[in-house]
Order: sequence, then C-alpha cells, then structure tokens
Amino acid sequence: MKKTFILGASALALTLAAPQAIAQKAKEIKIGFVTTLSGGAGVIGKDMRNSVQIALDHLGNKMGGVPVKVLFEDDHFKPEVGKQKTEKLLHKDKVDIMSGFIWSHVVLASRNSVVKAGRFLIISNAGTSKIAGRLCHKNIFSTSWQNDQVPMAMGEVLNKRGVKSLYIVAPNYAAGRDMVAGVERTFKGKILGKDLTKWPTQLDFSAELAKARASKADGVFIFYPGRATNAFMRQYAQAGLTKTPLYSVFSVDSLSLPKLQQAKLTNVLGTFSTQFWAPDLDTPVNKKFVADYRKKFGSYPSHYGAQSYDSIMLIDSAVRAAGGDLKKMDTMRAAFRKADYGSVRGKYVYGNNHFPTQDFYLRKVVADADGKWTTKIEQKVYSNHQDVYASKCKMKKTW
Amino acid sequence: MVDPHLLFEQLFNGIQYGILLFLLAAGLTLVFGIMDLMNLAHGSLYMLGAYIAATVTLAADSFLLGIAVALPATLFVGILLEVIVLRKLYDRGHLDQVLATFGMILFFNELVRLIWGPAGIEVPLPVVLNASLTLFDIPLPVYRILVIGVGLAVAAFLYVLVVKTKVGMLIRAGASNREMVGALGIDIKKVFTLVFGLGAALAALAGVMAGPIFAATIGMGENILIQVLVVIVIGGIGSIRGAFVGALLIGVIEILGRSFLDDLFKLFLPVNAAETAAPAAASMLIYILMAGVLFFRPQGLFPARSG
Repeated sequence: MKKTFILGASALALTLAAPQAIAQKAKEIKIGFVTTLSGGAGVIGKDMRNSVQIALDHLGNKMGGVPVKVLFEDDHFKPEVGKQKTEKLLHKDKVDIMSGFIWSHVVLASRNSVVKAGRFLIISNAGTSKIAGRLCHKNIFSTSWQNDQVPMAMGEVLNKRGVKSLYIVAPNYAAGRDMVAGVERTFKGKILGKDLTKWPTQLDFSAELAKARASKADGVFIFYPGRATNAFMRQYAQAGLTKTPLYSVFSVDSLSLPKLQQAKLTNVLGTFSTQFWAPDLDTPVNKKFVADYRKKFGSYPSHYGAQSYDSIMLIDSAVRAAGGDLKKMDTMRAAFRKADYGSVRGKYVYGNNHFPTQDFYLRKVVADADGKWTTKIEQKVYSNHQDVYASKCKMKKTW
Repeated sequence: MVDPHLLFEQLFNGIQYGILLFLLAAGLTLVFGIMDLMNLAHGSLYMLGAYIAATVTLAADSFLLGIAVALPATLFVGILLEVIVLRKLYDRGHLDQVLATFGMILFFNELVRLIWGPAGIEVPLPVVLNASLTLFDIPLPVYRILVIGVGLAVAAFLYVLVVKTKVGMLIRAGASNREMVGALGIDIKKVFTLVFGLGAALAALAGVMAGPIFAATIGMGENILIQVLVVIVIGGIGSIRGAFVGALLIGVIEILGRSFLDDLFKLFLPVNAAETAAPAAASMLIYILMAGVLFFRPQGLFPARSG
C-alpha cells in the first residue's frame, strides 16, 4: 500500500518535473519576414521570398523537427509602414523570430518594436551603420554586411586599378550616405565631385551626368539600388559617357541585369562591382542554392536572395541547437553567434556587433554560356573584413 | 567661374525636362481647367501609355509602332474611364474627386502589377536614338533632342486646336461658362469626353517619351505628378500657355538647382554641410517659386478664365 503510494507520488512528481527537464518543443515556428513586395522595389522582395522558399524546400519545411511557417509582409518601401507591419507580425500573428528588411531606414524604424518584444531579429539585407554600431543589440544579427564594407572594397579596387580621380553619384538617404562614406574612406585618388540625389523619386540624372562628364574624372562611382539602376544606366549611355568606366555597388545585380539586357544596354557588360557573393561563388551550398533557384524560377538569384536563404539557414541552426525550444533564448543566441551553418558564402564569423566578418570580391558583368548576363567573380578584394562601426558597439566578443 | 559649356548643357537638360512636364501638364490643366475635375489618375494614364508602348516596342521591335498603338489605346481607356467613373463625379466637390481618382491610382497600379508584374519594363531604343550628338563640343543625347521636338510640336498643335478651331472655341467657352455653352445647345458632355480623351492621349504621349529615359515602372506617375501640379498652379489652371511656360520654368529651375546649388553653398558653408544641404534645398526651389507666384498672382501667371 505504502509502496504503491510512493510509486504513484514519484510518478506524479516526475510528470510535474518533466516540463523543466525535457525541452519544450514548439508546435510550430513562425518567422515574420518584412520586405517590399509592391511597387518597383517589389522585384527585390520577390527574389527574397523565392530564396526563402528554396531554403524551406531544402529544410523540408521543418527546423529541428518542428514545422516552420514564414509570414511575409510588405513594407511599401516606407519606414512607417514597415514598423506597422512589424508590430502586426509581433503582436497579432505572434511570430517567434523576425527577419527580412531590405532598407536601412525601414529597419531603423522597426528595430525598437522587435527589441521591446524580446524577439530575435535576423536582418537579411539592410546594413545600416547605426545598428552595426551604437544601436547594436544582443538579439539582432545580420546575414548580409555593413553598408560601408562593399564601397570600401570598391575603393581598394580603384586604387589597384590606378584610377586617379572619381565622380560620385548616389541617392540622399541613410544607405546612400553610407556608401559614399565607404568609398571615400579607402579611395586614395581625388574626388572631383559628388552629387546626392533625391530618393526615391528622382529618376532623371541629366544634371548629374553632365557634371560628371564636365569633371573629366577617370571613373564614375554609383549606388542606385532597385529600379533607379536601369534609369541611371540608360541615361549614362545616352549622355555619351560610355568611355568613362562605371564602378557600382548594389546596383548592377541579378535583378537589374535581365532588364538591362532586354534594353540592349551593352555598355553594362564589363563594368565592375564589389560584393560578398556572386552567383558563381564556388561553395557547395551556393552551387546547390543557385542551381535549385534557377531550376525553379528560371533566373539567377541576387545577393538579396542569397542573404535571405542564409537568414533561414542561420535560424535553423539556432532552432536545432535549442532542440526546438524557442524559449531557450540564450542557447539560441550562442548558436547564432557561432554561425555554424551552411552559408552560401562559406564559413564566416560574427564580430562583436553581430555583423559578419567575411570576404569581399570584385565582380564583372559577363554573358554566361547561354548568353544571359550575370556577374562573375574576378578576384578577392578583402579577406575576413570587419566593418568599422563594430568598435562603436558596446557588446564584447565572448564567443 | 561656371563653365559656359556646362551651363548651356544644363539649360538644355532643364528645357528637356520641362518639355516632359509640359506633355503631362497640358492634359491635366485642360481637364482641371475646363471640366473642373481634379484627376489624380492622370499619372496612371501616363504609366499605362508607357507600359503599352514598351510592350508593343518589345514585341514588334519598333518604337514607332509602340507610339502608334499606345496613344489610341490610352485614349480609349481614358474615354472609358470618363464614361464609367468620372462622369458621376462632376457634380461632387473636389475632395470627392480627389478621393475617387486616388482610388483609381491604386487600382491602376495593381492592374499593371497583375498584367506586367512588379519589375517594370525597359524600352530598347533604336541605336540612332541611344547615342549622343556633339554640338559646340557638347554631347547632347539624341533622344532628348527628339523629346524637345515632340513637345514643341504638341505645343503648336494645341495652340492651333484651342485658338484656331471650332472645337477649341467650344473648349474655351466651356472653360469660361459651361452653363451658357449648354444653353446654346452644345452637348457639353461630348465636349468633356473629348477633352478627357485628349488629356489621356497627351498623358500617354508623355509616358511613351519618358519610357526610354526612366523605364516603365509601377507608380512612375505619382512621382512626377506632384511637379506637374506645381506647373499648372504656377501657369494658371486651364491655361495651355501657362502650362508651357510653367513647365519650362520648373524644368530649368529644377535642373539648374541640382547642378549649381552645391557649388553656390560651398562659397559660404563647410563642404560637408553644403553637400547635404544643397540637394534638399534644390528640391525645395520649385515650391518656393510656387509660393511666390501664389502670393503675388494667386490666379497663376496666365489665368485661363480672364482670357
């Protein structure tokens, strides 16, 4: 009698204790993904969504055995809308993790909502200097780069190629100013002029191109993401600047190239850009990602897509480390910090500000075997490069 | 101090930009001034014109055919829009019209996204037009010269139409006193449909001309519409002449501001401050001009109704 009681009591105690001892697997993992799906920039969001789809295909729609669902929201390219959608995902849909974000100004507006809600934010693109520096946070990670790194790599390329003078044209917003600061930091030649244009409404560049030509600079450096790329490249050709080499960052990519090819703007072929990645980057994960993407969607993925693929894979590595228990924030954070997952770029490490310390490459626009225009890696510019804002971030590297 | 070559080139760019604004403003000012209809969806017709022209140009490999199809097609859409939707709005206030035509903007943007996708279309130009022509050592894009030519031709056509023909007389009469025109036995409804169709075709022409410079993209109309509204306010609502002068003024000021304001600011500001302040100030210039015109001549430079 007594024995049975003890047995029963200990069995009861066991079941009571069980929830603390055994990992509480979530029933479903919800990831909120904010990007731009409407308007001209919608083409970027589409590429990111497609790449998330490829990642989910590769994972069999499960992370650590738990079914995963990604909820996409459209920020309309506007900070206030992005913040609203972030709040909606966090509080109405109750997502477990936030990801996405193309635009620096949108992620800056949405950052505090995620931090206050105590969730992880895995930024797939926007590399604003503020979040890499002063506004870094233990729950925020990036799978892209800090804005300045890419133009800094370009500055090094210009030095190596013997470019003595440069004219700069970029849009007047957070990322545009970061890009200009980046190239100015490393370029050793003379900057003959600089125009910051109204963003995103200004698509006429006649005044700026005339000034660039009049300056007689050796090269022109630009940053025009999204649809502005094509307008700029077109007007560049029409303005008779075809003999001045064009160096770009975040402008000539897998999204703009099919359109530029359609418009027969052959002056784009052979132009240079810098990036941490290219469709032909030789890693096993990247080969699989690019091949599956091309098979499913018929075009090359862009870096936006590659980073989004990585965001999902990084989240997967943390979910698996925590055994599917999303309440184990510390375990997950430790896993994020290790970046121990199959990234399209190969192995990289996280700096103290949770931005990747990684390689950067020079890419050239070429026609592939089928005649499709794409970017091809020419050479490595930086090895294990860390952004300059990391020192402004108060977090210490303990991993 | 300022390179005269560069100044001349920037003036050319300003005039070209102004002409593009004029093509849009002419249609909008006609509709607003004569029909008393605030049509925000004018920019959507501009977008539609650009998309249709781009599609035909790509399919048939002929820019001319693109223009030839886009103009009547957009004219037809315009007439359809007038008959189905806008006719019901004439008796309502401007606020209702703004709300309804703003809804049309959303409708057309989504429609274009459904038909053509979110990416936009690049319009290939014949090689001759994609080059630049050197005049007094200044390379001028051939295509932009063409835009100026087309704009001047449209201005001349509208002048003859409005001043020298019977249709023009009706349009002018309708602008001054529409009840009286109706009382004289003229079917004012038909005149309105005609004017709206003409406005739509002008918007389409602007879209066709803009396509090869900016590419056809969703929402391209809204970007430019604000400047177009400034043009017609400065020029005087309903006045073609006002739209022409206003558009050239805005075009030249916009381009010259963007070109030389930073150098000007650098004379009395630190370089960094000048570089960030100049673009902001340049984009304000046209609004400052508008405020000035509204203060001294609230009717605009060429008020239509006073003759």
